[in-house]
Amino acid sequence: MMAPGTAITFLLILFSLALVVFLAFRVNDGSLLGAGFTLGNFSNVIFDPLNWSVMLRSLAIAGCVTAATVITAFPVAYFLAFHAGRRRGLILFLVTLPFWTSYLLRVFAWKIVLAYNGVLNSALVGSGLLSEPTLAFLNTPTAVVVTLAHAYAPFAILPIYVALDTIPRSLIEAAADLGARPWTTFRRVILPNAMPGVMAAALVVFVPTVGDYVTPALVGGPSSTMIGSMIQAQFGKANDWPFGAALSAAVMLVILTVVLIVRTTDARFGSRA
Amino acid sequence: MPQDALLRLEAVSKCFPGGVVGLDSVDLDIEHGEFLSLLGPSGCGKTTNLRVMAGFETPTTGRVVLAGRDITSLRPFDRPVNTVFQDYALFPHMNVAENVGFGLSLRRVPAAEQKKQVAAALDMVGLGDKIRARVAELSGGQRQRVALARAIVCKPRILLLDEPLSALDAHLREYMQMELKRLQSSLGMTFVMVTHDQTEALSISDRIVVMNKGRIEQIASPAALYDRPATRFVAGFIGTMNLLDARFVGRDGALLRYLSGDLPLELSADANALATDGQMHTIGIRPEDLVANPQAGAATAPAKINSIVFHGRALRMHASTAGGAALVIDAPRQAMQPAFDVGDIVHVSQRPGASCVILAA
Ligand SMILES: Nc1ncnc2c1ncn2[C@@H]1O[C@H](COP(=O)(O)OP(=O)(O)OP(=O)(O)O)[C@@H](O)[C@H]1O
Ligand SMILES: [Mg+2]
Repeated sequence: MMAPGTAITFLLILFSLALVVFLAFRVNDGSLLGAGFTLGNFSNVIFDPLNWSVMLRSLAIAGCVTAATVITAFPVAYFLAFHAGRRRGLILFLVTLPFWTSYLLRVFAWKIVLAYNGVLNSALVGSGLLSEPTLAFLNTPTAVVVTLAHAYAPFAILPIYVALDTIPRSLIEAAADLGARPWTTFRRVILPNAMPGVMAAALVVFVPTVGDYVTPALVGGPSSTMIGSMIQAQFGKANDWPFGAALSAAVMLVILTVVLIVRTTDARFGSRA
Repeated sequence: MPQDALLRLEAVSKCFPGGVVGLDSVDLDIEHGEFLSLLGPSGCGKTTNLRVMAGFETPTTGRVVLAGRDITSLRPFDRPVNTVFQDYALFPHMNVAENVGFGLSLRRVPAAEQKKQVAAALDMVGLGDKIRARVAELSGGQRQRVALARAIVCKPRILLLDEPLSALDAHLREYMQMELKRLQSSLGMTFVMVTHDQTEALSISDRIVVMNKGRIEQIASPAALYDRPATRFVAGFIGTMNLLDARFVGRDGALLRYLSGDLPLELSADANALATDGQMHTIGIRPEDLVANPQAGAATAPAKINSIVFHGRALRMHASTAGGAALVIDAPRQAMQPAFDVGDIVHVSQRPGASCVILAA
């Protein structure tokens, strides 16, 4: 019953991937699929230092977003798994509530919070902490990190929660029984057993944020242009699809490398599965 | 005071939120070096009792005293007591050696010493060759023994075991019972084991605590528990016993005479010297202490056989008396001459020299 659906999805993904790879080797002549074959697009990707700096910035911002999301999601997931009691269902519902509004709307909400005459500035000026509003909040990489971390929080909370919730309680009691105080139990038993969930959360946040272009465009300002914005520009204003495709392929390779490195180190540290 | 009990529960009660009573005013003295079993039906509070000793549950009222020191409010990690969990609770992210060494590493034992003790503990449970194995590679019986090694390597004052053998198949279980007993006596350690298997409790314990509905019914050695159960509950729980309502009809020297319907019963007076004429008691008598005679005699009561069940060396007959009382009688097989059949009337008597007991409600 699932086979046709799986096959269609698989084919569509393969088709679009193949199309990107195909385009990346084409010469841009303004037509839809380009003309002739070339390696020029890739040499442009590799030899233009701008691409490198934007790619590094994307990785750095995505790394910050991942770290911020996972670190803030962990206590929430921990509370849900160990202390929420009968309110667990309600809190899980609240965690997923942001999905009920459009992503764009949530980004605009952050714009309202961070803007020159926005919520944060008004509050700071009103309470006398600032004498006048500051421009330092909006249109910065920090604004991108905050907005993305907020947007991806549920994606990080859920896998960590599941990992924590499936740790048998007798393991925690066994640790205490053998003499471990709560912090030691956390460090030596709970955290190692939650690592698969933490890793899953990190990947789920990291992979899509590297290529994000909406958030940087709306709250990031010029200093936080990410690789996604550049790719989008090639397919839009610049109208150079083959170069955009080559950039995309390069980004996919970089992400794949990062994921593989993380997975091998994870396996080395011996996670549960 | 001279030799204190090692662990003493004083009037310990535990009420769970929602009003469930887990333990109801439990008094218990655990002696140095004994193998004590907590025995009882499901939900009677065995695990709760063990968890109170380990420190996972705080008693609602009452005190827990270890070697004269009140440890009621001590957390599990501060108690010199270790537990073997029912599901073993081995750490899946550590190998066998790391599991067993966990407690030692927390006690800041030097690494070389840790290694030595871990190896010694694993040798003791017969797993010396599995020291580098991952937990997932072990069979149920091997995990069980790793859990045992992990606990005894910490040299607890008391080792607590919650149904340690219940997940093993019958054959392995019997073997591990003997292993546990051997370990306990060679270490001279105090073991407290929860079980709902009376055979297991009877075969390896020095003393057995029979629990029912959060209360202790009786504490006694296996033999005493079998021969002299104190209450109806214990009599019904340990082995098979006929519970008969009987009237006291008089004293004959050292013997008290009772009559249950038409069936005369006697028991030695030292068992319970307080009895007045006509008083009703519940008398317990084992199936092997009743005899089915083909002919009526002086001290027999007629009963009709309802069923006969093969029971190894004996045939077990279920019979009912004229008064409606149900009897279970074990007859040695070779002595079944002439053979009885279902529907026959037999004449039941107490086996000469066999005693029976008076049971409290
Ligand atoms: N955390 C808890 N909250 C509420 N009630 C509990 C809790 N733990 C145990 N109980 C109740 O206390 C009673 C005794 O439970 P306990 O686990 O001690 O029984 P047990 O003798 O170990 O039974 P079993 O042989 O089934 O393991 C039961 O009625 C149980 O439902
Ligand atoms: Mg239990």
